[in-house]
Amino acid sequence: MHIRPIVSALRRNKGGAVLIALQMAVTLAILCNAIFIVQQRVARTERPSGVDETDDFVIENQWIGTQANLVSLIQADLVALRAIPTVRDAYATNVWPFAFADPTIGITLHPDQPRSRKMAAVYLGDEHAMDTLGFKLSAGRNFNASDISDFRDASRVPPTRGILVTQALAEQLAPGGEVLGRVATLAPPAISAPIVGIIKMLQAPAVNRHVGNANAGNSIVLPYRFISQASYIVRAEPGRLAQALKVAPKALARVSRQRVIYQEFSLAEERHAAYSADSTLALLLTLVCLVLLAVTALGIVGLTSYWVSQRRRQIGIRRALGATRLAIMRHFQTENLLITAVGTVIGVALAVAGNLWIVERFAMGRLPYEYLLIGVAALLVLGQLAVLWPALRAASVPPAVATRNI
Amino acid sequence: MFVYYLVLALRSLRQNVGLTALMVIAVAVGIGASMTTLSIFRAMSGDPIPQKSRRLFVPQLDNFGPAAAGRIVSPLPADHLPPYMTYTDAMALMRAHPAERQAAMYFTTAAVAVPNSKALPLSGAVRATYRDFFTMFDVPFEYGAPWSAADDAARAPLVVLTRALNDRLFDGTNSVGRTVTLEDEDYRIVGVIQDWNPVPRFYDLGAAGGSAFAFISADQLFVPFTTAVEHLLVGGGGMQCPKIPATGKEGVLHSECDWVQMWVELPDARAARAYRRFLLNYAAEQRQLGRFNWTPRIALRNVRQWLAYHNVVSNDISMLALMSLAFLLVCLLNAAGLMLAKFMARSPQACVRRALGADNRAIFMQCLVETGMIGAVGAVAGIGLSILGLLIARGMFIRQIGMGPTPTGLTRLDGGDVVIAVLLSVGATLLAGLYPAWRATQVQPALRLKVQ
Repeated sequence: MHIRPIVSALRRNKGGAVLIALQMAVTLAILCNAIFIVQQRVARTERPSGVDETDDFVIENQWIGTQANLVSLIQADLVALRAIPTVRDAYATNVWPFAFADPTIGITLHPDQPRSRKMAAVYLGDEHAMDTLGFKLSAGRNFNASDISDFRDASRVPPTRGILVTQALAEQLAPGGEVLGRVATLAPPAISAPIVGIIKMLQAPAVNRHVGNANAGNSIVLPYRFISQASYIVRAEPGRLAQALKVAPKALARVSRQRVIYQEFSLAEERHAAYSADSTLALLLTLVCLVLLAVTALGIVGLTSYWVSQRRRQIGIRRALGATRLAIMRHFQTENLLITAVGTVIGVALAVAGNLWIVERFAMGRLPYEYLLIGVAALLVLGQLAVLWPALRAASVPPAVATRNI
Repeated sequence: MFVYYLVLALRSLRQNVGLTALMVIAVAVGIGASMTTLSIFRAMSGDPIPQKSRRLFVPQLDNFGPAAAGRIVSPLPADHLPPYMTYTDAMALMRAHPAERQAAMYFTTAAVAVPNSKALPLSGAVRATYRDFFTMFDVPFEYGAPWSAADDAARAPLVVLTRALNDRLFDGTNSVGRTVTLEDEDYRIVGVIQDWNPVPRFYDLGAAGGSAFAFISADQLFVPFTTAVEHLLVGGGGMQCPKIPATGKEGVLHSECDWVQMWVELPDARAARAYRRFLLNYAAEQRQLGRFNWTPRIALRNVRQWLAYHNVVSNDISMLALMSLAFLLVCLLNAAGLMLAKFMARSPQACVRRALGADNRAIFMQCLVETGMIGAVGAVAGIGLSILGLLIARGMFIRQIGMGPTPTGLTRLDGGDVVIAVLLSVGATLLAGLYPAWRATQVQPALRLKVQ
């Protein structure tokens, strides 16, 4: 393939070629950064929670006025919930995975060393919490009924016989060491208790506030039944979530009507809501990318078609002088390849510059080189695909054109 | 002459419908995408109360002290000043009354019911505040009026409803004088406010220096602060404590926990200076009384400073706005390329006009008129697309944080948006048409005519 005649042809059409190259450059810059952001956001929304999201749901309950016998009311609620045939288990708590609320506590194995203190999310739960949420232990044991006490408010914390911590937190508390059976000191409120079990995984709530932070997997389960404006976490029998979700509020209403069921929702819905900002951004950016590629492709088709019609006579002459259809197609394809190559070189520079600015302004990650390669490859393919139709039209110009109009 | 150019442009645009459509689509898609994000960006970064934003201030007091960063569990803003106040400080500021108008406020929830109604009680979002809230923020009333300062002092069981809640409980009739039950006490309705949803909801952006509550319209009922403190829950709308307070409501009220928002209206710079002095004196006095062993820092921020301090415009939206502007640039480069093709393809006609006596300027103008037409059509289509985009965005924002509906102001195209859209698309397409138009004038008529 001879490049020189193509270059000299391009030289006579600088304006259009420069416009396409610039368009490709900006497209590449947007594409690389957008794909990178989409990939980050999607990865963020796919972080595992460690719990059974498909069968769990939450009932946000609010008592009307002051209830004198809150302990027996909540006990009765739990009995009623657990008695529903489609319900597997239930417990009363302060917070659930993906919740907006973010109750946290400091924890350390070395109270004399202030720097050893780590932050972790606090889930209150009784011996049913493990079965209801469906998290797994990697070591130690679950609470038993005698471990559980009633928690009214943080100023009167009953003594604690043991706590559960996540694997992630255990590794921060004693890097490479053993934590099972060791006494942990928590504050505030001040609690001191041995670690009796290690949870494989239990994501902290308020997932958006813990993005990219070391506390994201740090959770503690304290052996307390939450006696206050408690919410209930309920696990339905497999596949029976819809039925259980419908029956549960009615069962609670039979126990007492002195309440407002603020809302009830599945953990899957809560995950969706918690990550909706991320998934919305990912979706919008994907749409922008697709439309962008379409616009760029259409632009190439339009301009190349014009060039083909402008050069019909020259194409005819070349054909008459013995050039094959393939050679004509090659001409336009190579021309596009040259323009795209120039565009991608500028585009890579633009993408890196844009990313540096985004890093500085929005505190986001540095663009990995793979994304530049993906972007360049995508544009090269796009250019070749877009130029195919005009190139085919060029190849179909008959040699007889050369003999006309002279 | 201009009309003649319009006719020529129309004729030329109709000559090659495919190419014209391609250009219009490119401009429309670019305008649609960028206007959707720009409109949301403008609403988010807009002034929620332009007539007063320079006169409304939030006082802040550093009651956590220099070691706050280590002790407070939730993150504080960069300057470690708590955004909320303690009950003690808010009440002291209310009593001293150094400002023209002032209102302490907090958010709580309560079970709401209409007496003798069969409907189940609902969970109502309550703003406990003072009378001045309504006058300070220019809240428009549909029925009735705010309660009086005397009612504030007397802890009167009065309530003001939002129109939405009044529609739900009383089918939108004038409910002034009727009663609703909050938790287990009766409150007399004194007023119903019109739809009033400042965007962003500047007066309560959420605790912990975040802006989680900036784009929701959560409040449904307004109750005198004094009454609410006595009868309803306190500290429900986000509370930050340096240490766990003593048990019960009294424990919270006398603690160093921050949960009260304070707003004051100061008519001019002099009043603001005086108020700042007052705050400094108050802080120094509290230290002398032995409450702090540090000199508490203070701050006084007006609405715009307050919104900037909380980073109300999310990074996601700024980024999306930038991306869509870059996208618009691509669309315009695209349109410029296509216009170049079109003008060059039509250069024989231009040459005939030149040969018949038209000068370069006339050819240039004719090309620009054609470009401007594409821009105008693109703008109209783009505005249509952005209305669609905003509808989609509205659907996506709902239940984003599970706290309440998004106010419509956030996802509505206002007059300013439309003006920007038209100026942007016509201006940008004209700019994109400059080079092709200039190229069209560079053709040598003699040479072209000879070839023909």
